[in-house]
Amino acid sequence: MTASGFWQIALVLGIAFGLSIPFGAYLARVFRGERTWLDPILNPVDAFLCRIVGRRTTALPMDWKGYAVSMLVTNAMMGLLVYLILSIQGVLPWNPLRFSGLNPFLAFNTAASFITNTDWQNYAGESALSLFSQMAAITFPMFAAAATGLVAAIAFFRALAAPADGGRNLGNFYHDFIRALTRVLLPLCLVVTPVLVWQGSPETLTGVAVAHLMQGGVQHIPLGPVADLEVIKQLGTNGGGFFAANSAHPFENPTPLTNVVEILLMMVTSLSLVVTFGIFVGQRRLAWVMYAVMGVLLVGGIAVTVCAEQAGTPALAASGIMLQAGHGQMGGNMVGKETRFGVTGSALFDTVSTAFTTGSVNSALDSYTPLGGMVSLGQMMLNCVFGGKGVGTLNFLMYGIFAVFIAGLMVGRTPEFLGKKLERREIVLAALALLIHPLIILLPAAWALASPYGVSALGNAASHGLSEILYAFTSAAANNGSAFAGLQANTPWYNSVLGLVMLIGRYVSIILMLALGGSLAAKPSVSATAGTLRTDTALFGGFWLATIIVVGALTFLPALVLGPLAEIFMMHPHG
Amino acid sequence: MNEITHRSERKAQAYQAQAGGLVKRALWESLRKFDPRVQIRNPVMFIVWLGMWLTFLLAFDPDLFGRAAGGAMYNATVAAILFFTVWFANFAEALAEGRGRAQADALRHTKTDVLARRIKADGTLESVPAEGLRKGDRVRVDRGDIIPTDGEILEGIASVDESAITGESAPVLKEPGTDMFSTVTGGTKILSDWLVFKVSADPGQTFLDRMIHLVEGARRQKTPNEIALTVLLAVLSLIFLIVVATLKPLAAFLHIDLGVATLVALLVALMPTTIGALLSAIGIAGIDRATRFNVLAMSGRAVEAAGDVQTLMLDKTGTITMGNRQATEFIGLPGFEELAVAQAAMAASWFDTTPEGRSIVSLAMTRGARREPSWDQAQGLEFSAETRMSGTNLADGTRARKGAVAAVARFIQENFKAPVPAELKEAAETVARKGATPLAVTLDGTIVGVIALSDVLKPGMRERFDYMRTLGIRTIMVTGDNPITARVIAGQAGVDDFIAEAKPEDKIRVIRSEQAKGRLVAMTGDGTNDAPALAQADVGLAMHSGTVPAKEAANMIDLDSDPTKLIDVVAIGKQLLITRGALTTFSIANDVAKYFAMLPAMFMRSLPGLGALNIMHLATPQTAVLSALIFNALIIPILIPLALRGVRFRPTGADALLARNVLIYGVGGLIVPFVGIKVIDMALSLFWH
Repeated sequence: MTASGFWQIALVLGIAFGLSIPFGAYLARVFRGERTWLDPILNPVDAFLCRIVGRRTTALPMDWKGYAVSMLVTNAMMGLLVYLILSIQGVLPWNPLRFSGLNPFLAFNTAASFITNTDWQNYAGESALSLFSQMAAITFPMFAAAATGLVAAIAFFRALAAPADGGRNLGNFYHDFIRALTRVLLPLCLVVTPVLVWQGSPETLTGVAVAHLMQGGVQHIPLGPVADLEVIKQLGTNGGGFFAANSAHPFENPTPLTNVVEILLMMVTSLSLVVTFGIFVGQRRLAWVMYAVMGVLLVGGIAVTVCAEQAGTPALAASGIMLQAGHGQMGGNMVGKETRFGVTGSALFDTVSTAFTTGSVNSALDSYTPLGGMVSLGQMMLNCVFGGKGVGTLNFLMYGIFAVFIAGLMVGRTPEFLGKKLERREIVLAALALLIHPLIILLPAAWALASPYGVSALGNAASHGLSEILYAFTSAAANNGSAFAGLQANTPWYNSVLGLVMLIGRYVSIILMLALGGSLAAKPSVSATAGTLRTDTALFGGFWLATIIVVGALTFLPALVLGPLAEIFMMHPHG
Repeated sequence: MNEITHRSERKAQAYQAQAGGLVKRALWESLRKFDPRVQIRNPVMFIVWLGMWLTFLLAFDPDLFGRAAGGAMYNATVAAILFFTVWFANFAEALAEGRGRAQADALRHTKTDVLARRIKADGTLESVPAEGLRKGDRVRVDRGDIIPTDGEILEGIASVDESAITGESAPVLKEPGTDMFSTVTGGTKILSDWLVFKVSADPGQTFLDRMIHLVEGARRQKTPNEIALTVLLAVLSLIFLIVVATLKPLAAFLHIDLGVATLVALLVALMPTTIGALLSAIGIAGIDRATRFNVLAMSGRAVEAAGDVQTLMLDKTGTITMGNRQATEFIGLPGFEELAVAQAAMAASWFDTTPEGRSIVSLAMTRGARREPSWDQAQGLEFSAETRMSGTNLADGTRARKGAVAAVARFIQENFKAPVPAELKEAAETVARKGATPLAVTLDGTIVGVIALSDVLKPGMRERFDYMRTLGIRTIMVTGDNPITARVIAGQAGVDDFIAEAKPEDKIRVIRSEQAKGRLVAMTGDGTNDAPALAQADVGLAMHSGTVPAKEAANMIDLDSDPTKLIDVVAIGKQLLITRGALTTFSIANDVAKYFAMLPAMFMRSLPGLGALNIMHLATPQTAVLSALIFNALIIPILIPLALRGVRFRPTGADALLARNVLIYGVGGLIVPFVGIKVIDMALSLFWH
């Protein structure tokens, strides 16, 4: 890592950290119904939206089941709407390039992908989607999915905050959903979009710009409402680009400044939610312990990726490429990276993007060194290093349940978390949530690797091919959406299976965690004494970290051995 | 406490004497547990059991599932190691059960078929077998009889040898009407006189029957915590099953052929077999430990709940203090020296045989009072509720009296028209402020002074309460004393809180209010009026000497009738949970080393670069896999003593406890298998090629 690279990373992480504290407090105010300074303008807007949904519907107290059902029904309806728009976009307006509707498999995959906050793209935006589809079937579910994840986490926080009514009121899904949109997502988009426009992102309904080239001939340059999509793409940890090249495209991410803005956007909510959690449950020290554990995993991942990319590979070195920084160039493995971001800006962006399960990329992960690529894969396998909006915190707390259960036994008490006893029901629910992730990654990956229709989509053989397929399902299961490329996944089989993996990975996990929250909320609180396991200590934080690594990460070690690890050791035979 | 420890040590020695027989019996018993109906109860070991049969088949036909690497010999070795893994797990459980079973046999031995003499409606006696007795029957037992079943005494008085149940050889005096000592237990022996009692349990429901069931584990059900842990272990195993099953197609894509036996070996090594094998033994041994402390837990759940207790409610009398108050001071009114008071108090107490009276006499003697020969002609006057005094009519006609201050004051006013000295009230208050009870002493109309009667703390109670506090357990003392006395004793004993002037219903009220604050409460009790509170408490420990309702309401019974035992029960409960947590941590931490042993071994041939992961430098791929698997099997019998004994429990706060256990079982669990696997591999490579 170069000195300038170090300072670049330190600066970005420092700003993100600084933002997360006030923003976390703001989120707590928003969802605890406290006064915020936007109230005078937004209260009427909220009231108007609530009237549309139904005043009684938006005021109804919901238990975990009510909350989960409302979330599912709303998401199902929105998903269906997206599917319809994509299927019949040929007859819909704002289609300057006259794209026809997507085939049913691709439409299913895309609808599932965007409603689940995954944003896996088996199409190229600029050559498949109309401008209307980009707005109504891409940008719209990006808001909806982000808000859904956010409010699911909030409902879980409320359940853990020891409600007096035993969890019969975890809030109202519709009311929370509206506030997530009007108080969090829309205001930030309105503020940041002009910055991107100022830096060069287009925001227009013109479909295409025609350039007459100096060497003769004509180039058609696709345009559209890019800047706003870009902001919610990052802010909502969605990740699906307007263009196939995603944030590597100069219209999506024009300058190093926008690169930093985009990194900050994808970090800010998930970082803040940890702070919000601490406020909700009244245990700020615990929130800092969680922050620190996730921080170690994040910074570790960034450091490894940046160093691996800077070091390059023996093959690059052998071909005479300058890997050291200096002489006005930054060196390292620049294959598949944009010169305006360099090794640090690319590695930082992509690692954050996989840790926060955004899935947007500003460089080609397929061309990363095996170690750098494995970090991205690993972050998604953990799926809790801050993670996607809301769900990342939920997954992290799921590991916390196991850590508390085992550590709690070791202090000689029936384990308690936040004053609630962890018993059979909680362990069953958390264990199922733990089981889902490896299940929906490894089973379909094995199926793909053992079947002709799975293997035929591959661009690479051997370990790299295995990594590509493993990456695809990991990305779908973690609702990340980034791709390792090299896999032509726009086939009926991949479209269907990846779509299902995304849906299971999203909704089954959220429902299990909400059920867990409901179960905890219904329990009587146990008062803490000197004999109670304290979860807000460095020692327990270390135990939590070890639980994540041993229970979560090592599960995937055998698969990683055959993929990226095999490549690493092949590359450095004595390393 | 010392006495208890001694007794349990004695019992422990008795256990060790049987140990040889127990091991032999457990070895056989563990072979019977290979029955799939037994195995299915433990999901982790059931998968190992299935793997054993699978590899067993592969030992005969290595190509059963298509052409595969690894020969018949290798497959047979894997099958053999898996057999031992299952056997060791069975053995752990059988050994834990066996200890209870040996004890149950001893109990059953006392329960020989005896004939009982039932009293018919017309008052005549008839002989019926003990099995024929029903609740409500009246039975007569005489000297030398074995009491046929449980009952409540109606008539008679007798001394009973209860050593068969309690292990205590001193006989107990039984008589009707007293709250304590008015029940008899089947299987005990009547040493003198006779009793008539009403049968209180149907056959099969007697105390002895229940005890046999409990120690035998016949009704042993998994506790909620054990179920939760079983679920966790089952799901971890399921995850590893997915990991290993999908590894075959993943490897096949890279043209690597993984033998089924190796995959089974990897699965078994990664699954939490160590804790899976020992989980059941830990639970049985926990109850067994309570039994060895002469505490009979009605369920494993009760023992676990004891570990969770946050509030202990203890009776003052008999638990915190000695049963009786003792004289500790003589205070003379103006004009009387201490010696004069002592002499007068001794005179007034000379015929008083109550423990309080004896303590006054012995204190007076140490203060220099002397017996006077004329007392031989004196006449004692017993305490009566009416006068609230006792005393002696001396030979010279002097009436020496001692009693409650107000009663003595009335006595001199009514009989001698004497004025009550103003200083009496003052002296009495001084005594009361110190938490003692004042007794006034008078010789006819002259009050000479005040005797202070104080509660005497049992030795070591303060340390025990400090110990409780480090565990985060609040202690509440319950007493009928006035608040001033209660406060002083609470301060001396070091309890956190007290309830003064407590009525029986106060106990249940306090338990409910503690529970409403989210605390688990434990209490001891013996009287019938304790029964509702014992039932309400999360852990209710009844004294064996107590009444039937108290014993039925409680979830534990202390056969030694020692209320301080509650404190030991808490430690046993905690130890049980800690052992579970520690071995789970150890088991899961072991996986790290096993990955490093097995993964490079499985892929080194096809992907030579992965040899770099073989950081233990294990000899060959086959020895590496077998070493990890052998380590996995051997660690089970190595840890059996720990599982049965429980991990060492130190009374420290939760943080220190966690730090210690994480260091030993977490960090230790990471390191130990690296060493163990390497050593086994070195030994194995000597003769495996």
